[in-house]
Amino acid sequence: MDLLNAIVALANFVLIPATAYGAQLALGALGVTIIYGILRFSNFAHGDTMAFGTATVILVTWGFQAMGIGLGPLPTALLALPVGIALTSLLVLGTDRAVYRFYRKQKAAPVILVIVSMGVMFIMNGLTRFLIGVDEINFDDGTRFLINARDFKEATGLAEGLALRSTQVITLVTAVLVVALLFWFLNRTRTGKSMRAFSDNEDLALLSGINPERVVVYAWLIATALATIAGTLYGLDKTFKVFNYFQLLLPIFAAAIVGGLGNPVGAIAGGFLIAFSEVGVTYAWKKVAVYAMPAGFEPDGLLQLLSTEYKFAVSFVILIAVLLFKPTGLFKGKSV
Amino acid sequence: MSGRVATGGNSTARTALLFAGMAGLVLLEGLTGGWNTALGIVNMGLISAVMALGVNMQWGYAGLFNTGVVGFVAMGGLAPVLISMPPVTEAWAAGAPRMAAALAVAVGVVALAVVLYRRLTGRIRVLAMLAVLIGGFFLYRALFDPAVAAIEAVNPAGAGYLGGLGLPVLISWPVGGLLAAGAAWIIAKTALGLRSDYLAIATLGIGEIIVSVLKNEDWLARGVKNVVGIPRPVPYEVALQSNPDFLARAAGLGIDPVTASTVWVKLLYAGLFLVVLLALIWLMERALNSPWGRMMRAIRDNEVAAAAMGKHVTRRHLQIFVLGGAVLGLAGAMMITLDGQMTPGSYTPLRFTFLIWVMVILGGSGNNWGAVLGGMLVWYLWIKVEPWGHSLMGFVTSGMADGSAVKSHLLNSAAHMRLLTMGVILLVVLRFSPRGLIPEK
Repeated sequence: MDLLNAIVALANFVLIPATAYGAQLALGALGVTIIYGILRFSNFAHGDTMAFGTATVILVTWGFQAMGIGLGPLPTALLALPVGIALTSLLVLGTDRAVYRFYRKQKAAPVILVIVSMGVMFIMNGLTRFLIGVDEINFDDGTRFLINARDFKEATGLAEGLALRSTQVITLVTAVLVVALLFWFLNRTRTGKSMRAFSDNEDLALLSGINPERVVVYAWLIATALATIAGTLYGLDKTFKVFNYFQLLLPIFAAAIVGGLGNPVGAIAGGFLIAFSEVGVTYAWKKVAVYAMPAGFEPDGLLQLLSTEYKFAVSFVILIAVLLFKPTGLFKGKSV
Repeated sequence: MSGRVATGGNSTARTALLFAGMAGLVLLEGLTGGWNTALGIVNMGLISAVMALGVNMQWGYAGLFNTGVVGFVAMGGLAPVLISMPPVTEAWAAGAPRMAAALAVAVGVVALAVVLYRRLTGRIRVLAMLAVLIGGFFLYRALFDPAVAAIEAVNPAGAGYLGGLGLPVLISWPVGGLLAAGAAWIIAKTALGLRSDYLAIATLGIGEIIVSVLKNEDWLARGVKNVVGIPRPVPYEVALQSNPDFLARAAGLGIDPVTASTVWVKLLYAGLFLVVLLALIWLMERALNSPWGRMMRAIRDNEVAAAAMGKHVTRRHLQIFVLGGAVLGLAGAMMITLDGQMTPGSYTPLRFTFLIWVMVILGGSGNNWGAVLGGMLVWYLWIKVEPWGHSLMGFVTSGMADGSAVKSHLLNSAAHMRLLTMGVILLVVLRFSPRGLIPEK
């Protein structure tokens, strides 16, 4: 019976939150990896693209709510998502036209493009704050819980409750659908294949008549869609705050690099690896241990390896460790 | 040859003109907004200039892309607390030995792991390292946790930390440089072998970690509870206001004593900062125009060729990364001395990493005078853009009805004009004048 309680506690505090967070990171890292694979630079503005995308989704959500349009038990934000993606894509494609294309034509060094993306990051961060302010915004509506802790306890008779928020399930379902669609696109469609060819060997792809500007536009569109979806899911699951999205840059980069930059499968694996390590290292394991261990052997401390404030440190340490031993990531990534 | 001399003359005149313009902006601020604010801008501008010099060493001389500036600045900011705050003797008695033991264990474990990694091979290496690291971590925590509890239990409302050594605060400036240099050495050892944008991401990570350590390790510098009342290298305004000599001199100049004392204190700070800045520039110009500086630029411009000439690229990179980190730490210590308090919560990457980058790019990377000008000018803009934004929004919204939602939203948003403006400046400079206001010779 106690072992069951331990498993429930583990699921409730570690497995479920880490899976949802991992899916959000994976979607973010996929965007970073695609830009790296095609445009060959680390996009510092990605976190703020997520923030901007989410902000537009929130505004459209409010509009829908004002008009009385909703999805019933599902959050209205899901309905607003396509509109948000479209609006954010306009901004991102405009940025590519106005800013990045110049350096692409010049064949500027990747590090210059990184600095340029820092400027874009500033502007997007400013725009997002301008658009929606700096406060925490909760835009989750509809049914909050699929499984409620108290109902779960009553139904099973266990001491430990299990709560499953609808946003966590939505995150996972959406992520699976989006990733399936992405891989279908990359592996089965003509445009997707030309993108992979371009990413693998630019010169060869140009020789075979692939239009690089078209590939770049698709890369931005996909990255923007992924960023907006990841941002919205993260915002639904937690709350929306501009500064937090900027801070997500580190775990997202870490996920993309750990998996191998430019490698989509790696980005997904990296996202889950980072998320599970973050949650696992900063969770106080005492509760699980008390259930799992025989009576009399209960630990004194909280069994928390690091305080939650250090969760970004975890992603960084994994990043460094992987880079030291596998310089191109766990799955073979690119190196320019 | 004559052509080169002529351009040299031109660029000197241009530099002088730009600095005169900067001085003009400060004068204008003094005449319109008061000397107190003008000197406030000058003081933080001078500190920003030192920070820009540090980043310029790493990026401008050597092409190393450091996005963890905030971490080095924060590391330096720790120094005034550790050096000049009075020691909390009870806390020392309660936990210092155990804390020292814990830190010694941590260093020993890492050293042992490195030795094992070098000596062993194959599967045994992985197993031995894992055993040492995991076992070492729990041993460290077993010593560390009670030490922290003991130290933080001592008068938590007022102290709750070890305090400092009670030495004069000026000593903390070089110490801040040393602390940051130490952090730079560690990061350089692990990350300099990586490619340029991997280094950027690695430094972004170390910046985050250093700041989160300062926010959390209350035993060290009270964390987000902040250390206030750090001793000053200059007299207090209140002391000046009760000093008959000073009052007589202020009366002689016809300035009211409160204004006179605040302006005088700021002038003293400005003098201190200026001495540091000029000494740094002198050293750096000497270094840049020496064989060492030429070698650095040769490495930056073509690593492969420099390596073929027998230059040890990684070692030189390590050297310049540590030196640049030390300058950033020095600036961090100077800033905390000026503020008189240590507030780890205020270390944000936007303000202390990316803004410094705008300074370096705008001023002219690779040129020390450019970095200084960029530091002063961008700091001036950072301060002024907000009021300008408010006036602009006031003008834009003047026709709208009072109390309308759009009007209040626009007025509230003016505060966010800063980031937008900085981004636009960065992009415009990179596009149209990538070598900055004072280009590298």
